[in-house]
Amino acid sequence: MMNARKRTTVIAATCLAISMAASVLLLRHIDEIRPKATIEDALYINSPQMVKRASVGFNGLMACIYWTRTVQYFGHRHFDRAHTYNELAPLLEITTTLDPNLIPAYEFGASFLAPKPPGGAGEPARAIHLMEYGIEHNPDNWRLYYDLGFVYYTELKDYRNAAEVFERGSKVPNAHPFMKIMAAQMATHAGDFTTARMLWTATYESSRESNIRQNAVEHLRALRVDEDVTNLQALVTEFGEHTGRLPAGMWELVVAEQLRGTPVDPDGNQYQLSADGQVLVQNPDDFPFITRGTPPGYIPAPPKFHTKS
Amino acid sequence: MSPRIVHIAANTFREAVRDRVLYNLIAFALLLSGAAIFVGQISIDIERLVVINLGLTAVSLFGVVIAIFIGIGLVSKEIEKRTLYTVLSRPVRRWEFIVGKFFGLAGTLVVNTFFMAIGVFGALLYVAHKFSKPDALILVALYFIVLEFLIICSLALLFSSFSSPLLSAVFAFSLFVIGSFADDLRGFASLAHGMTRWLATAAAYLVPNFSALNVISAVAHQQPLTSQLILNNTLYALFYTTVALSGAVLIFERRNLK
Repeated sequence: MMNARKRTTVIAATCLAISMAASVLLLRHIDEIRPKATIEDALYINSPQMVKRASVGFNGLMACIYWTRTVQYFGHRHFDRAHTYNELAPLLEITTTLDPNLIPAYEFGASFLAPKPPGGAGEPARAIHLMEYGIEHNPDNWRLYYDLGFVYYTELKDYRNAAEVFERGSKVPNAHPFMKIMAAQMATHAGDFTTARMLWTATYESSRESNIRQNAVEHLRALRVDEDVTNLQALVTEFGEHTGRLPAGMWELVVAEQLRGTPVDPDGNQYQLSADGQVLVQNPDDFPFITRGTPPGYIPAPPKFHTKS
Repeated sequence: MSPRIVHIAANTFREAVRDRVLYNLIAFALLLSGAAIFVGQISIDIERLVVINLGLTAVSLFGVVIAIFIGIGLVSKEIEKRTLYTVLSRPVRRWEFIVGKFFGLAGTLVVNTFFMAIGVFGALLYVAHKFSKPDALILVALYFIVLEFLIICSLALLFSSFSSPLLSAVFAFSLFVIGSFADDLRGFASLAHGMTRWLATAAAYLVPNFSALNVISAVAHQQPLTSQLILNNTLYALFYTTVALSGAVLIFERRNLK
């Protein structure tokens, strides 16, 4: 026979287990029926100064919490292919006010803010503001100048300002030597594929952060595709001017232009020629940052990252 | 130091250990190891910063809570249990009782901080795989945290010497919060005029300045700390602690214990 004490223990333990399981299941159900926006988009305190005061001197820890929140926010929105990132800039502003020396918040923050949706928030002006704030508080960090120049170059095609920022950064003690080269390159060959390749290669080589390196690899792959497609498209035009018609296929272009075999993309897949003479990539989803070689009306899939070029 | 103070301090330490105060180390270890493992997966490039910021913040907050909640009961509990009368009936002066209690509580916090520091360095080694020279600055931040504890212990004892435990807790915690904003208070004083300016300036210098002792962010970013700052903070903490302890002794000496 079970004595009274044991019986109470068994009943209490059973109640505990059942109630715990029930509360977990209920919470999961509640999460399903709650509107998602109310869970993700709420930023209860918008004022960076207010958050700083509320942290009672523990700003560093609070900045880490806000930075993690920023990354989670961006990650969720990016994964959902969202076209609005309303809370991104305020989150970054709070993070960097709490800890103006938190370098990852500037480096990644600018690359979250600047690119057009769905790749980013499409707010290059706020990215520039963020980077300038970062430079103001960390004037000896040449990478911040580099990232700012990069925003001017890639998102705004503002080569004059990009050159000026690279020049400023090149004067920082221990700045990477390519900052000076970038400044000169911006002034003379800003729109070239060579310049873009130099920038992304420099990004790849100068960063230890795997996400930044992966992003650079994807851009380098995309640049090669863009350059190949541009060159092949020029050959198609040239063929048309000589023969008065479009080539019947890529094979005819190869023969006519005496190319060394059918051109292939970085993955080894052959470029294709559409009926209306457009050079196309076989699998555009494998090159998330290409600007050329996609079929009309193409909607890009979420980026897939490759580890080597 | 008189052997009577040492005995009282040792008993206070023993009592704190018996009260399972050091159990907070388990919560601290769980918090830190959890952060070290999970932050790398949910954030970018801040694993080291989180371990240092979270570790030192936890050391500070856990210690402040212990200092306040044990400190406020040091005198009142002895009166309530009537053990104070047994102590004071022996050749023990009232000031020796207060000072002994202070050293006992401070010793408890130093031991607690020592174990937590081992946890912080362990977690740092886990995320960074090696120590670098600037990591030694963490020791300075820990030292400043201990100085902060000394001030809070003495304040808790001061309030405990004339007030009820609940009110003492409220006073001590309020001073901790106000002291964290001491720099802002000084900034406010500089903006004010006339009497307000005078009062705000007086208040800014009267409350303990904990913001000067908080170098967690600077240490996390490996920013150097001058020996001048270390020396000045040490002297400031010692003087302020002496002020609060002297106040506690003065009040307790005149307190009617009948």
